Order: sequence, then structure tokens, then C-alpha cells
Amino acid sequence: MGTLTDWTAHEALERMGRGEVTSRELTQAALERIASVDSEVKAFLTVTPEEALAQADTIDARRKRGEPVGLLAGIPLALKDNLCTTGVKTTAGSQILHNFVPPYDATVVRKLREAGAVLIGKTNLDEFAMGSSTENSGFFTSRNPWDLTRVPGGSSGGSAAAVAAREVPLALGSDTGGSIRQPASLCGVIGLKPTYGRVSRYGLIAYASSLDQIGPFSRDVTDCALLLNAISGHDPLDSTSVDLPVPDFTAACIPDVKGLRLGVPKEYFGAGVTAEVAEAVWGAIDYLMELGATVEECSLPTTEYGLAAYYILAPAECSSNLARFDGVKYGLRTKELAGHIGLTEKTRDEGFGAEVKQRIMIGTYALSAGYYDAYYKRAQQVRTLIRLDFERAFETFDALLTPTSPVPAFKIGEKSDPLEMKLADVCTLPVNMAGLPGISIPCGFANGLPVGLQLIGKAFDEATLFRIASAYEQATDWHQRCPALSV
Amino acid sequence: MPEYEPVVGMECHAELLTESKMFCGCRNTFGGEPNTRCCPVCLGLPGSLPVMNKTAVEHVMRTALALNCRINPHAKFDRKNYFYPDLPKGYQISEYDVPIGVQGWLDIEVNGETKRIHIRRVHLEEDTGKLFHMAGEEESHVDYNRSGVPLMEIVTDFPPDIHSPDESRAYLMKLRAILTTIGVCDGKMEEGSLRCEPNVSIRIKGTEEFNTKTEIKNLNSFRAVQRGIEYEVERQSALLERGEKIIQETRGWSEAKQQTFSQRAKEVEQEYRYFPEPDLVPLHITEEWIEAVRATLPELPDVRARRFREEYGLPAYDAAFLTDTRALADYFEEAAQQSGDAKAVSNWIMGDLARLLNAGAKEIGDSPISAKDLAAMVKLIVEGTISGKIAKTLIEEMYTTGSEPAVIVEEKGWKTIKDSGAVQAIVDKVFADNPEIVVAIKEKGQTQKRGFLVGQVMKAAQGKADPQEVNRLIDAKLNE
Amino acid sequence: MALSREEVRKVALLARLELTDDEIDEQAKHINDLLKTFETLQQLDVTGIEPTSHSIPIVNVLREDRTLPSLPREAVLANAPEARDGCFIVPRIVEG
Repeated sequence: MGTLTDWTAHEALERMGRGEVTSRELTQAALERIASVDSEVKAFLTVTPEEALAQADTIDARRKRGEPVGLLAGIPLALKDNLCTTGVKTTAGSQILHNFVPPYDATVVRKLREAGAVLIGKTNLDEFAMGSSTENSGFFTSRNPWDLTRVPGGSSGGSAAAVAAREVPLALGSDTGGSIRQPASLCGVIGLKPTYGRVSRYGLIAYASSLDQIGPFSRDVTDCALLLNAISGHDPLDSTSVDLPVPDFTAACIPDVKGLRLGVPKEYFGAGVTAEVAEAVWGAIDYLMELGATVEECSLPTTEYGLAAYYILAPAECSSNLARFDGVKYGLRTKELAGHIGLTEKTRDEGFGAEVKQRIMIGTYALSAGYYDAYYKRAQQVRTLIRLDFERAFETFDALLTPTSPVPAFKIGEKSDPLEMKLADVCTLPVNMAGLPGISIPCGFANGLPVGLQLIGKAFDEATLFRIASAYEQATDWHQRCPALSV
Repeated sequence: MPEYEPVVGMECHAELLTESKMFCGCRNTFGGEPNTRCCPVCLGLPGSLPVMNKTAVEHVMRTALALNCRINPHAKFDRKNYFYPDLPKGYQISEYDVPIGVQGWLDIEVNGETKRIHIRRVHLEEDTGKLFHMAGEEESHVDYNRSGVPLMEIVTDFPPDIHSPDESRAYLMKLRAILTTIGVCDGKMEEGSLRCEPNVSIRIKGTEEFNTKTEIKNLNSFRAVQRGIEYEVERQSALLERGEKIIQETRGWSEAKQQTFSQRAKEVEQEYRYFPEPDLVPLHITEEWIEAVRATLPELPDVRARRFREEYGLPAYDAAFLTDTRALADYFEEAAQQSGDAKAVSNWIMGDLARLLNAGAKEIGDSPISAKDLAAMVKLIVEGTISGKIAKTLIEEMYTTGSEPAVIVEEKGWKTIKDSGAVQAIVDKVFADNPEIVVAIKEKGQTQKRGFLVGQVMKAAQGKADPQEVNRLIDAKLNE
Repeated sequence: MALSREEVRKVALLARLELTDDEIDEQAKHINDLLKTFETLQQLDVTGIEPTSHSIPIVNVLREDRTLPSLPREAVLANAPEARDGCFIVPRIVEG
């Protein structure tokens, strides 16, 4: 392993523990890497070098004094820009928050500070987490490090790209319909969406409250478990966070799948999945069988209704969550003269991009009088059916295997039809609807572009996902591949 | 002109007495510098989330029980979506279809008759911030101190039971009495902690159909509520008599002009797009929880009033007056028990004490005269130590100084003159000073002039003579 | 079930989005495309199926009624587009 930026977080922690390297050196290396490649990768919206180095120095001093340090002490880490960070601009990828500086930290950010992580900067996303490519960002489109003419996926495209490009070993993203897993798959890294309620949403700028979860990006399974350890846990500030003990996820990284029963839902291998993706995914599934797992086909019949139901529920909740952006208390305010209604209308028209407006519109419509039962209520009922499908499958299986994304990274501008873009999430969004944990792990390449395998687990059983992912990782080397960025 | 009957629905909002706001830890109190009691949650900052205040929930449960409601075992919260600068999130967290309390009632007394007013629902929600304008400016100021304060909404049932402004006022007063007695709200309409927005329509007496109604806002006192409804009934009657239509709208009350004026045409069913609040989990209200809350309820006003009538022999009017707030009822009872004359205590409270408190804009809780001292004063009268006339001056002195009655009486020398000889001397002198009056009574039969003699004796005795003694001595002397 | 331009305008008003005529047409097209996909949901038999509004079956998350420090006023107003006299400033709200 060559340079500092090639190390995983757990490697770096060991070396810092042995005094071989300082956090300042690690942080410096990350900043240099960002300076060198990010003009091409465009993962970051904001980089905070002085703060980062100051944090690094604090950790180094503690270590030197032999004081106890946190779980991620000294590790540079990036945050998706929909996570509130005190004193650091947080835009949610939108012009409407182009100048918003939160006076408070999201709970996960507070936990990371307590864990001693070095917060390097905020990464790009599709505006308000709505999208699958970062092309909906109000600022710019991020690039896939494996092919700079292609998208990194979304909405957490910036975080995925930052990890894939080795700018940082760890990053946080958010996932509402696949926004961690899909970009992880497109960028050849690991991305995990925890069980709903596992991680506090306090401080995550909301898109769809009953679907949103924050989760880790990493290059290997142990790192993913480490970061999940640091951010998980009940939060009294989030009524929907569960009061369950957090197991040590790193202890779950046992590379042994013997005896595990894995299901492959046939509906996830439909027409949209390209031959190359299917090949890579089936290759991984076969491999898991060789490693000792039992694999069987199963059926989740309501899968095909997931997309429609999701695109009623998520926009409905978002139309309400985004009503607070009215030009009164924070963010953009139109310069045009207007009464108080006009002020809000013009501000929102100027500040929101087309995709966000569209989802607000469809969401508003779905909730309006006369349509609530036909759309919103029905979608919630379909959601129940999807949940029941999974419950039934989990009576037999310990986890399910599917492709993460039906296609590998597409070219920037290729999916101009919004409806076509939405198909990117068919494999991932049912998992959010059911509130289950899901992880995407790299499982091969299709014409030089990464392909991801999705593992879906029972509620609060991230441990089984780590186990399967560890076994697969140990027997393969996808996680060690590096995009050839011209440095 | 046909006889019109008012039809009134009462929608009331009560700010709940809690330490902190509905969904966050900001202090719940009145007044203060703008925007000094705000946090990410009540400000609606991106990323903030609500967490329910247990006491607020229990206050609504208490109210539901006190209003004889059924409590929904599975209550939930919903978002009411609309845009307004005082609503930071662009939605209000409220309860839509499964509120905590439903189908209750309270009884009112009007013109000696008891009438039952049915209540449709009692639910919990959050208050908005405040907008205000400086005169002559083209802008509005927004203060979010009040944003997120726990608010309880109480709505009367349909078809409405209330058919007069008097009944409306009686409903509001009884509601306030109950809310303050159980300790969930301080009932201060002037401060906005209790608000009332009546819906008013009229119909020809004896008919069943309902006409267009209007909603009245900005009524800041009981009197305003009564006057506002009276005005609106008159206005609507006049319109109908002229063959004009009544527009369904919100009308503001002008205290200065004593009139309602049009505020905005009430949009056809404001489009609130209610849906279940995803950031809060539902309430599962068990029987145990309900009983635990019920056990904390004090004696309700109606029950206490009945007990006052039975135990202390008070007339209904007194009992109702004294149970208007818990503080007042507690004050009365303490004083009554210590004084030995409940009716006298009641009279003094309803009369002189009420007058003094109103003049000083004080509530009974701030009374400079404690219940103990009022009881002591009444005892002095009962024992004959002071006269009722002197007591009227004594109570003023007690109010101003806060001193004990016995102390003041001693200082001022206000004890009733017990020495018969001294009183006899005064009587003799008055008779001597007014021979023509004496003659008029004794010889010309003008007995009405006797009162003059009594008055002169009392005046000379500086109010310290026992009236009965004075009368006895005067009669005795007249009969000589 | 397709939306007319007028209906789209109504929705835009409810959502406080000032859309140009071109934007209205754009939005109408996209909304109607999505509405078509929603039609498949009408095929499903959902009789007796409870709607899911929360992923996790928790109830009664309540906090003790205690006060916590509020934000200092400077922090409250720090992001305000316009502030004066300790308040947020908006164009005059005219009732009526």
C-alpha cells in the first residue's frame, strides 16, 4: 500500500496508535489529494482545511499525552451537505440555502466530533437529496472517478466519489430511496443504509421523513462497521430513533457464510437490468454459494409497485418538509419587490431546481382534498404490502441478494427524462419503504465500470449483512481496485 | 320582522401551563424580548425534529376528563400545511382525525336555567409565532417566542347548542373556570392565553336549516365575546331584512369601534393537506394512564359549587361566583372555615374585596389581604368587637397596608363602644341638640325622623356604636 | 387522470411556486407522466390493508417537561435575510 490516502481508516487508526503517523499527516494528505483531484472529481462543495487541521492537531496532542481518544480519532471524513454542521455552510445542494450556516450540529456530526473524527468538508448532492446522479445539484455535477464523463450516482454522489477517489477513507451520506447504495454501486465502494431508526435523523435536512436514513461510505467492510458504530444509537432529539442497544458492528465482520440462507428475489432481475450487471451480480451470488451459503430464488410480488408508491409518498412528505423554505427566516430571499405571498413564491421559484419543484408539485397534488385516498393512502397501503412481502421472505432467508443498480454509471446528460432517471432506484427503494437495512458492496465491473451487489437484511440485523460482506470481501479484491485518476 | 335566533359555535384555544414548549425545551412563558426563546426546533430550522412534551399531553387528557370526553386510546398527530410568516415550518403539528378527547359536555347556568353544551373535540397542537406592525411602516415584524407553545383547541359540537350571546359568555366563563381549576391554563384572555373565535349565524326561530356563518377574531375579553356576537347577530339580521346575502368570511372585532369588520373572505375550505406526522410516533393511551391522570384532578367547579351550597348554605349565585377560579374557591373556603360565618365572608369577597382587586387590576392570588386576615376581620364583626360600618373602612386599610385587622383596630381605636354609659351620653346629647326633631317624633307622630337621630348618634360615635344598642337606647328615650 | 393547465396552476399556488407559462407546461407534462405510473396502483387489491405511516412500531415517545437553553438571539437572527429590532422582517401583511 502506497500513500497515506490508500489506507483504510482502521489501518490508519492502527498506525496512529503505534505512533507511525499523525492525524495532521493524514489530514494533510487528504487535503492534498483533494486539491489535486477534486477539480476533476468535483465531490466537494465546501472544504474546511483550517478547522480540519486544528481538529487533527487536537487529536494528535491527546494521543501524545496518552489520553483516551474516540473511535475514529484523527481520521479525515467527509459529510454530505444535507447534514447540519455548526458554523459551516450547509446547502442541501440547493441555491435556496446557498448561504445557510447552521447554528447547531446534527446528532451524527456531534457523535463524530466526540469520536475524534476530522471533518474535512461537505460533499455535493442532488438538490435536497432528490436524484440519482448529482445532476440535480444547484451547484454542479460531480464526476465518477472511474470515468469522469459519467455520473457518480446520487443523491450522495459527492460522498461516494470522494471515497472512491481516495480523497477521504470515510464519508457519510443519506438514503431515502437508494441515495447511498446506488452511488456506492456506481463508484465501486461500500455504502450502507441502516435500519430505519438505527441512526438519528436530527440535523439531517429532511427529504422524506419516514424514509430518510443517514449511513456510511467506505472502501472496506471493517471501515463501514466502524463508522456505523460511531453514528448509531438512540437520540432523545429524534422521536423516530429506536431505543435499542447498538451491537459492535466490527465484531460482526466474521467472514463466514456457511449455513446462511440467502434469497434471490426474481423480480429484481427484470428488464431494466443490463446483461453485464446481471453477470457480475450472479458471479458474486455463485461465489457466495461456493463459500458455503445456501442460495435460493424467492419472490417479492409487490416489487413492481414500489416505484409508483415511492413517488407518491416521498414527494408528499417532501412537499411538506420543504414548505419551511419561504424566504423569511434563513436562506435565499428574492430581490424582487413583492408582498409576503409573492416573496415566498418568487423565492421558491428562484431557489429550487426543476426536479425539486416537480416533486413538490406532485406531492402537493397527492395530498390535496379528494386525492388523498386515491394516492397517498393507497401508496401507504402498498407500502404495507411491500413490508409484508419482505417479512414473508425473511421467514425463510437470513438475507436477500439483488443488484444495487440495474445499470452501471451512465453518461452525464444521458438520462434527460426525469421518469427514466427514477428507474435507477427500482432495486433500492423498496428497502426504504420497508425500513430495512441494505448494503451495496462492489462485485465486479461492466465494461470498466463498477457494479454493486445489494444485500438486504432483517430489521436491525446489520450484523448479518456485515458477515456476508466480510466473507465476500475476504475472498475477492474489488475493494482494492483504484480508479486511474490522473494526479 | 321574523324573530331570528343566533346559532353559535365556539372554537377556543388555550395555551397550556407547562415549563417548556410543545416540542422543544425552550421556556414557555409570556412576554420578554422577541426571539429570545427559540431553538432549531421551534424556529423550524432545516434538520430539526419535534419531541412531544408529556405534561402537555396530560393537560389535554385532564381537560378531556374534566369535560366528560371519551379519550381516544390511539391518538395521533398530523401536519396541517399552509404558508404564513408566523408559521416557521410551513405546517402546524396538530391533531386531525384522531384527537385525544371527543364527545364531551359542560353545563352552563343562564337565567336560572341549566343548559348542557356539547363539545365535539379537545385536541393538542402548537402555537404560531407573532406578527406585529409598527404604525406607518411597510413591513411586518415576526417574533417566534410563541412558536411551539403547547396549545389546546376545544370545539363545541354541531348542531350548536348555543343560541344567545349570554349563553356564549356563560360557556366561556365556565370553560375558563374549569381550565383554571384543573391547572392547565391561566385563562388570561388579555394576554392571549385563552382565545375564542365564535362562529355566528342566524336563522328564523323554529326552523331547522343553518345559514351562512361568519367567524369573529380578536375578541380579547368575555365582554368582547358577548358584544361581538351581539353585534354580528344584529348585522346579519339587518342584512337579511334588506334581502342581502351574508358572506362567509372572517371578521375582526374592533374594541374601539365596538364593531366587526371584514378581514378576508374565508376561502372555500382552506386546503390544509393533512397527513400523519412522520416525525412523531402515535400515542397509545392506556386505561392505567387515564386513571393516573384522573387521580390528579381537583374538585371541579360545578361539584365544588354544589358543595358550597350544601355545606355553607350559600345561594347559587354566590357559589358560582366563588368557584370561578380555583384560587378564589380556595381563598373563600379557607376564610369561611376560619371565620365562622361563610355567608359574611362570601359577601365581603364578592363586594368590597372584589371592588378593590378590580380597581388595582389584581387577581385573588395577589390580594394584599390574606384569607386568614379576612376571616379574622369577619370574626371581629361576629363577636361584636367592631361594627359592620367600621369594617368597611377597616378593609380598605387592610388592603393598603396588608396589616392584620386586630392590629389596625387597636391602633385606630375602632372597637365598638361597649360602655353603655358612654353611648347613653351620646344619645342624651343628640336628643338635647335636636329638640324640634324629638318633639316632631313624640308629639306629631313623624316617626320617619327617627332615622335622623340614629344617624346623628352613629356620627357622633364615629361609627363605633353598636347599632342595636343605639336603637334600643333611642327607643327607650323616645318612650320616656 | 391528467391535469389541466388550470389545475397545475392551482397546485403551484398551494405550493407557493411562481411558475412561468412554460414552466407550467413542463410541470404538467412531468406530473401527468408520473400520474400514469400511479394508475398501476389502482389495480392492487388493498382491502383490509392498514396504511403504513411509520416504519417502526414505536408509541409514546415523550419527554419530561423541562426547560433547556434557547439559542442566543444573534444565532436566531444570523441567517435572517432581513432583521431589525430583534425581529425577522417581512413585507407588511395586510388583512383584508
